[in-house]
Amino acid sequence: MAEKIVAELVANVWKVLVADGDTVSEGDTLVILESMKMEIPVHAEASGTVSALSVTEGSTLEEGDLICEIS
Amino acid sequence: MFETVLVANRGEIARRILRTARSLGIRGVAVHSDADATLPFVTEADTAVLLGGASPAESYRNIDRILAAAKDTGAQAVHPGYGFLSENAEFARAVQDAGLIWIGPDPEVIDLMGDKINARNRMAQAGVPVGAGTPDPVHEVTAAVDAVAHIGYPVMIKAAAGGGGMGMAVARDEGELRKQFEAIRGFAERTFGDPSILLERFFSNARHVEVQILGLADGRVVALGERDCSVQRRNQKVAEESPSPGVDEALRRRMLDAAVRAGEAVGYRGAGTVECLVSGGDFVFLEMNTRLQVEHPVTEAVFGIDLVEEQFRIAAGEPVTFDPETLTPQGHALELRINAEDSKRFLPGPGTIAQWREPVGDGIRVDAGYTQDNKVTPFYDSLMAKLIVHAPSREEALARAREAVRDFAIQGPKSNLEFFTELLDDAEFTSGTYDTGLIARMRRPATR
Repeated sequence: MAEKIVAELVANVWKVLVADGDTVSEGDTLVILESMKMEIPVHAEASGTVSALSVTEGSTLEEGDLICEIS
Repeated sequence: MFETVLVANRGEIARRILRTARSLGIRGVAVHSDADATLPFVTEADTAVLLGGASPAESYRNIDRILAAAKDTGAQAVHPGYGFLSENAEFARAVQDAGLIWIGPDPEVIDLMGDKINARNRMAQAGVPVGAGTPDPVHEVTAAVDAVAHIGYPVMIKAAAGGGGMGMAVARDEGELRKQFEAIRGFAERTFGDPSILLERFFSNARHVEVQILGLADGRVVALGERDCSVQRRNQKVAEESPSPGVDEALRRRMLDAAVRAGEAVGYRGAGTVECLVSGGDFVFLEMNTRLQVEHPVTEAVFGIDLVEEQFRIAAGEPVTFDPETLTPQGHALELRINAEDSKRFLPGPGTIAQWREPVGDGIRVDAGYTQDNKVTPFYDSLMAKLIVHAPSREEALARAREAVRDFAIQGPKSNLEFFTELLDDAEFTSGTYDTGLIARMRRPATR
C-alpha cells in the first residue's frame, strides 16, 4: 500500500530532490520546505518508489496537501 | 546626537530600537512591508514608510527603497537591527555613500568577518584560539582523508554552501569519513548546486558561548561578559543566559581578553559578538557577528545598560554611558525566544493572535514584535517575542522564568511556551551542565 506524504504546515516548496519513479530509502530527503525562514526537510518514512509527486519548486502548500506517495 | 534615525528592520528588534530612540528624543522612522502594516513597530513609530510587498526582496532587503525612505524622512542615521541587511557591507557602504551614518562597524570589517576563512586567519594572527580545519573547500574524498590527518577525528563535514543546520555530518573515523563525505557531497550538489565541502575539527559536548564587545568612539574595545547560547534546535538558538554556568572565572578572563584582541585586531567599532565553542575548559573562535544580536538583552540585564543607546552614542562619536574600568555584571539573566512553532518538533505555525497576555513583574522584560489581533505571517522568521528575566542568582532567575512562562498566554499561532516549561524543569538544564546536544537528548528533533 502506498504511503502518502503530506505537508504538515503551510510552507513554500524550496527544493524537490526526487522525481516520479525514483527509488528511495527510508530517511532520504524528498523535498525541502521553507516557512518562517526555516528550511524543513521532508524525509521518506519507508523505502520504495516515488509516485504521484505533486509539488514543484516555488509552489505553496497548505497543511494536509499531498507531496507524493511512496509505494 | 541624531535627530532622526531610520530602522531598517521589522518586528521586535525594530520596536526595541525605536523605543530607545524615543527615550533619547530621537525621531524614529520605521520602514515596513505591506504584510506588517499593523504591527506595533509600525503603528508606534514617529514616521512609517511602506517599502513594498511581503517578500524581503521587495521590502526589508530593498536597498534602494530603504535609502529613498531615509532621504524622504530626513534621517541622519540607519540602524539595521539583526538579520536582513545588518551584515551586508554593500548596504553599509550605500548608507555611507548617501551621506548617512551607518550604525555598525565599517563595511570593510563586515566583509572581512563575513568570509569564514579570512576571519579565522585574522583571528589566529591576533592570538585568538581557532579550531583546526581546511583552509579551502575540499572536492575529493582522498583530499578529505589527507586533510583529516592534520585536523584529527572527530571531524565535522560541512557543505560549503549549506546553512540552517543542513548538509552537516560528523565522522569519527576514516570509514565514516568516506561514507559521510560522499553522502554530504551528493546532498550539497542536489540541494545547493555546489558540492564543495569544508572540514572542521568537531568538538563533542561543546557549549556555544559568545562574548559581547563594544568598539568605542575613542578606539578602545571593551568586552561585556559572555552569553551561553547552547540551547539550540536545528543549530538555532532558543534560550540564552548570562553568565554562562559552564565558564569559570579563569576561562571567562581568557575569553574576554581574546574577544577584545579580536575587536582590536580589526579596529572594531560599535556592538559586535565573538562566538566561541567551549569544550573541556578550552575554547576556539567560531565567528564574529558584526551587528547587534537577538540575545543582547541578557547582557543588558546583567550590566544594567542599554546596548542600543550605546550603539547610537558610538555612531554619533560620543562617549558611552558607563566607565569600562568599573562596569561589573550583577546577578543572572535568561532569555527565552517565544517562537510561532510547536513545542514538540519545532515546526513553524503562523496565525492570527486571538489572545496575547505578557507576564509582568520585577525582573521581567518582554520584547515583543506582536500583540493581540496581529497576524503572524509565514514570510518572516518565527520569533514573536523575547522573554528576559533577571534575578540575583541563577536559581532565582530560573524560578522567575518558570512563573513568567506560566503567565505568558498566546492563542492563535502555535507557540513553544510549553517547551520552555519543560526546559526550565529539565535536570540537565537546571544543573547548568548542558551543551548544544541538550534538545536532541530531550527529544528526537524534527526531521520532516
